[in-house]
Amino acid sequence: MSAFSISREACPTIKNILLLDSEGKRVAVKYFCDDWPTNAAKLAFEKSIFTKTQKTNARTEAEIAMLESNIVVYKFVQDLHFFVTGGDEENELILATVLQGFYDAVALLLRNNVDQREALENLDLILLCLDEIVDGGIVLETDGSIIAGKVATHTMDDGSPLAEQTISQALATAREHLTRSLLR
Amino acid sequence: MAQPLVKKDDDRDDEMDYSPFMGIEKGAVLQEARVFNDPQLDPRRCSQVITKLLYLLNQGETFTKIEATEVFFAVTKLFQSKDVGLRRMVYLMIKELSPSADEVIIVTSSLMKDMNSRTDMYRANAIRVLCRITDGTLLTQIERYLKQAIVDKNPVVASAALVSGIHLLQTNPEIVKRWSNEVQEAVQSRAALVQFHALGLLHQIRQNDRLAVSKLVTSLTRGTVRSPLAQCLLIRYTSQVIRESGMNNQTGERPFYDYLEGCLRHKAEMVIFEAARAITELSGVTSRELNPAITVLQLFLSSSKPVLRFAAVRTLNKVAMTHPTAVTNCNIDMESLISDQNRSIATLAITTLLKTGNESSVDRLMKQITNFMSDIADEFKIVVVEAIRSLCLKFPLKYRSLMNFLSNILREEGGFDYKKAIVDSIVILIRDIPDAKESGLLHLCEFIEDCEFTYLSTQILHFLGNEGPKTSDPSKYIRYIYNRVILENATVRAAAVSTLAKFGAMVDSLKPRIFILLKRCLFDNDDEVRDRATLYLNTLGGDGSVVETEGEVKEFLFGSFDVPLSNMETSLKNYIQDPSEESFDINSVPKEVKSQPLAEKKAPGKKPTGLGAPPSAPASAADAYEKLLLSIPEFATFGKLFKSSAPVELTEAETEYAVNVVKHIFDNHVVLQYNCTNTIPEQLLENVIVVVDASDAEEFAEIASKPLRSLPYDSPGQIFVAFEKPGGVPAVGKFSNVLRFIVKEVDPSTGEAEEDGVEDEYQLEDLEVVAADYMLKVGVSNFKNAWESMGSDFERLEEYGLGPRDSLTEAVNAVISLLGMQPCEGTEVVATNSRSHTCLLSGVFIGNVKVLVRLSFGIDAQKEVAMKLVVRSEDESVCVAIHEIVASG
Repeated sequence: MSAFSISREACPTIKNILLLDSEGKRVAVKYFCDDWPTNAAKLAFEKSIFTKTQKTNARTEAEIAMLESNIVVYKFVQDLHFFVTGGDEENELILATVLQGFYDAVALLLRNNVDQREALENLDLILLCLDEIVDGGIVLETDGSIIAGKVATHTMDDGSPLAEQTISQALATAREHLTRSLLR
Repeated sequence: MAQPLVKKDDDRDDEMDYSPFMGIEKGAVLQEARVFNDPQLDPRRCSQVITKLLYLLNQGETFTKIEATEVFFAVTKLFQSKDVGLRRMVYLMIKELSPSADEVIIVTSSLMKDMNSRTDMYRANAIRVLCRITDGTLLTQIERYLKQAIVDKNPVVASAALVSGIHLLQTNPEIVKRWSNEVQEAVQSRAALVQFHALGLLHQIRQNDRLAVSKLVTSLTRGTVRSPLAQCLLIRYTSQVIRESGMNNQTGERPFYDYLEGCLRHKAEMVIFEAARAITELSGVTSRELNPAITVLQLFLSSSKPVLRFAAVRTLNKVAMTHPTAVTNCNIDMESLISDQNRSIATLAITTLLKTGNESSVDRLMKQITNFMSDIADEFKIVVVEAIRSLCLKFPLKYRSLMNFLSNILREEGGFDYKKAIVDSIVILIRDIPDAKESGLLHLCEFIEDCEFTYLSTQILHFLGNEGPKTSDPSKYIRYIYNRVILENATVRAAAVSTLAKFGAMVDSLKPRIFILLKRCLFDNDDEVRDRATLYLNTLGGDGSVVETEGEVKEFLFGSFDVPLSNMETSLKNYIQDPSEESFDINSVPKEVKSQPLAEKKAPGKKPTGLGAPPSAPASAADAYEKLLLSIPEFATFGKLFKSSAPVELTEAETEYAVNVVKHIFDNHVVLQYNCTNTIPEQLLENVIVVVDASDAEEFAEIASKPLRSLPYDSPGQIFVAFEKPGGVPAVGKFSNVLRFIVKEVDPSTGEAEEDGVEDEYQLEDLEVVAADYMLKVGVSNFKNAWESMGSDFERLEEYGLGPRDSLTEAVNAVISLLGMQPCEGTEVVATNSRSHTCLLSGVFIGNVKVLVRLSFGIDAQKEVAMKLVVRSEDESVCVAIHEIVASG
């Protein structure tokens, strides 16, 4: 992984994605690099990032800060704090796009009830969502509705009626049905 | 006040009721995981348990090896279920558990089945999981499927395979490189992200092939790249190609610039910014090329999005360092950012403005900054202070307002680093701007009246002692200094006493009054303060004793202590251990600053990365060497180590055995330290010795050899060979070396060596002990003084013809390295195009004889170099020896 972050010629690399609550505690986090090898180091990073950004107003637009020669973009919604971290040479706008994709997907999956309780109750969806955005530091997808679509197709069989699905979910399902029939 | 508190409690109650993970406990969840083994699987319940397990892992909980194995085996049972949601969680869980190689086999068949499933989601995820946990052997089995997946119609499957390819390229490059045809096809994909991932992989496959990268960029910049992310990648690759081709295209237009410029009009901000940044980072960018990029960045400055403003101002800040005028147009937008909510943006804006500002705008800027300073954190303040310092050096005429600003912020609250930055800035301004001296010194005086940091107080007092006496009215500083003696702690008091003494030495009119103050210090309750007061009263003649000459007093008070403290410490320790009649001579302390002690041990271990990577030779690690040698009983009697050379490589880079040698010179002995590294994992070397043939070195006689018992792979070891030589004489000679050892085969998988070994030897390159090995690089601070005080008693002058040389610089460097002496006063640098040059060298020759050399070079039109060498030293024979070195070199 370190080979990626060294040269600017490499793919844009995400170092971590964090979802913390209003006290800085983890809801769901995912690290993609070895900059913070131990859990203690990770917690220390989360603590410093949380205290540094706590007082800022990142509710309407995503905000940005430098921390330990990393760039962190973040956005707060209700009692949830979304963070995306990249190296200090990274294109800030790519990080912001990933953040926006993450937030949009979560909002869709939680049916716009973006708060800590809802997030914990649907933690499986959040974790799948993290898994669909970035793979080992490389951006997989940035469009929130597509990410949510990918996550939601799996939960469909849980019996949630079609009416409750968002349009994008329905679209994703339809698309999948179509491709499946084409492949036959 | 009460209401919000109650509300908070309510919230907490809610959490107690609703958080599904309240009071969750690892042991209990592991128990729950037994449901995975039920014959009738309940998918919903199993999903819940996996979520709980993932929650625990996410919170930083760790599973023991046994727990992890149990969970893993239980989870593999879940492949029986056809439930899509559960399968997805299973994939996630397997990735989190990162099973060991023998466990992976269990799931391989299930995952391979999923890889060929008709469900796209299964295929995509199974690929990602399998590639994450697999090793090289398995990879060859699934390679065929991965190649198919890369060109799969479903973009998610294709992306999964491509991204996995990017990861696998790190571990199994030779396999992934075989996929380039499929990847090439995927680059043409209609799906935006597939194109992005394919481009990323293709570039990494070809990154060492410049031509291929150049072709790739050429074809893609003409075509249409759909996704903004892929476009960003292409911009990065393009600037790489520009950077590498820049050499060949000195004339005319810069290739691909048009493409970059076109990207500035892209509809995605991400791409615009990437292109703008790429343009600003072009090497030797012209202002015409820069302008379009600056214009788009300027637009970003007034964006409503903080991220965009930050990105733009950060880039402009960097541009301002090299092209300040290009950024001037943005100054108005920049000024409005000073009040930006985001303090990072505000700080960047200010520092950019300080770099680009012109003389007339300084005052206005300072006013704005003053308001801003009170509400930012120390780390930002330091950045601003540093920017102000450089601004002041740029516009010395504006020192008054800038100095005022610095003194104002110095009085405000702040931590040590912040205060230190301010003090450093003021000190630099005082040094560089003569007009600012008096006001600056007074600001510092006021600061130490109320300074909580002992370090800063002592630094300022020292500085005051050097600068204060040279001002028009030195007496006004005395009050501040003496106040320290009354009010502060012992460290500051001692520093204040020294400062008083300096005033006394420099300003005759103040002397009597200084004596009175110093005498009062004789009753201080701290030893150091009393001692210093006594010492200074003595040297300055305040107690009526014979006064030393003024020059000596000043040298004593103001002379710089040019010996590194750590070297001093080692030398003193050695002196105490080995007491002699002679008094300790500070001149014998080596003055080279050791950069990386013990680095020579690591250096051979590091395999050179890439062609011609120079082995990192430590400048000097005398201390470490000395400790090492003293620890070996055979060498303990050799006395004091005079000099250790830099490591000399005796093997080519990337050979089976890497050996370099360090020459340790003692008065009567030379010890050769061979640093050996075995670079073959399949071999263990035992009883390693170096057989040295000293037949070309008549004055040397081998007296001891310390072999290496064993030399395993990649762990460097040392062999020592010691020689006796005539004392004090710079004996030179050539040594040929052969490495002789018993080699044993090692099974790389177990690391065990075979019983029987074979004797073998390995020819090393020859080594020479040259005259420069007997010369210590010791600089003198004032060559002229040293030259004159040495006297011309043993001066020797000769002229030499050095024959044709490439340049004067080359000739100068050749002579310096031949003599192994320290160039003084920067005279090793030859001005370009000059026809003559004088170089001053100093050093200490074996036997602790100081040597000074003055070299005069001249070069004629035919590049013939002539040199006049004048040498002075305390010993005539050394002067002769120096000339012999040059004559024979």
